[in-house]
Amino acid sequence: MGLLSALLSGLLFGVGLMVSGMANPAKVLGFLDIAGGWDPSLVFVMVGAIAVASIAFLFAKRRKTSLLGLPMQIPSTTDVTLRLVLGSAVFGVGWGLAGFCPGPALVALGAGFPKAWGFVVAMLAGMAVFELLERAKLSRKQA
Amino acid sequence: MLIDVESFTPGLSLTGGLVIGAAAAMLVFFNGRIAGISGILGGLLGTPQKDAGWRVAFLAGLVGAPVLAGLLGNPIAPDIQAGWSEIIAAGFLVGIGTRYASGCTSGHGVCGISRGSVRSLVATATFMASGFLAVFVHRHLLGG
Repeated sequence: MGLLSALLSGLLFGVGLMVSGMANPAKVLGFLDIAGGWDPSLVFVMVGAIAVASIAFLFAKRRKTSLLGLPMQIPSTTDVTLRLVLGSAVFGVGWGLAGFCPGPALVALGAGFPKAWGFVVAMLAGMAVFELLERAKLSRKQA
Repeated sequence: MLIDVESFTPGLSLTGGLVIGAAAAMLVFFNGRIAGISGILGGLLGTPQKDAGWRVAFLAGLVGAPVLAGLLGNPIAPDIQAGWSEIIAAGFLVGIGTRYASGCTSGHGVCGISRGSVRSLVATATFMASGFLAVFVHRHLLGG
C-alpha cells in the first residue's frame, strides 16, 4: 500500500508540474529573468501548492504515524547553517543556468528529451560527489 | 519591471500548484514523508540503503507522468534553451547544491514553507535570489 500511494503521489506531482508550466525550462527562466519581460506565473504555482500543503501539514504534524501506520518523518532541524545557505546559493545558480530544478528535470527525462537525460546524469554526479565528501568527513571524524 | 503578459498563465499555474500541493499532502498522509525531490532521489545514493521502495515508487510516478500524458495524446514540449555545456554544469551544481542545502524547490519551497520552517524560508529566499542573479548575469551581462 505504501508503494502504491508513493507511486500515485509521484504521478500527481508530475501532473502538477506539467500543468503549472514548471516542466518547461523556458517558462522557469522567464520567471527568473526579472530584468527582461517577467513572467510571474511561478508565484501562482507556489501559492497554490503552499495553500494545499500547509493545511495538510497542519494535520500531519499532530500525528505520530501516517494513515498507513508508517512513522511520520517530518524534519526536526531548525538551525540555519552556512551549508544550508551556500548549498542553496549553488543550487540557485544551476537552476538559473538551465531552468531545471530536480522535479521538472525528471519529468522532462520521462518525456525523453536528451538534454534532460544529460542534466539528470550530471545532477546524480553532483549528488554522488556530495555523498563521497560526506563519507570522507565521517571517516575522518571516526579516525 | 515589465510583465510578459503573453507568457503569463495564472489559471493553469495556480491549478498545477494546487495539484502539486495535493501530491505533497498525499505523500505525508499515507507515507509520512516529505515530497522533496532532491532528497528522495539523493537518498537512493546513500548507504546503508533501507527505504528504497517508496523512493523508487514515487520517482517512477514522477517520470511516468509525462509518459502517460503522451499516451493520452497530450505530450509535453519543454523548451530547453541551454546548450550542452550549460546543461551539464547546471545539473552538477543543482545536484551538489540541493544535497548540501538538504532540499530544493519542492522540499524547501513547497513543503518546508508549508510547515512553517524558517530554515526552508531562508533556503528558498537564497536559491531564488541566486537564480535571479544567475539569469541576470547570464542573459544581460554575458548576453547568453
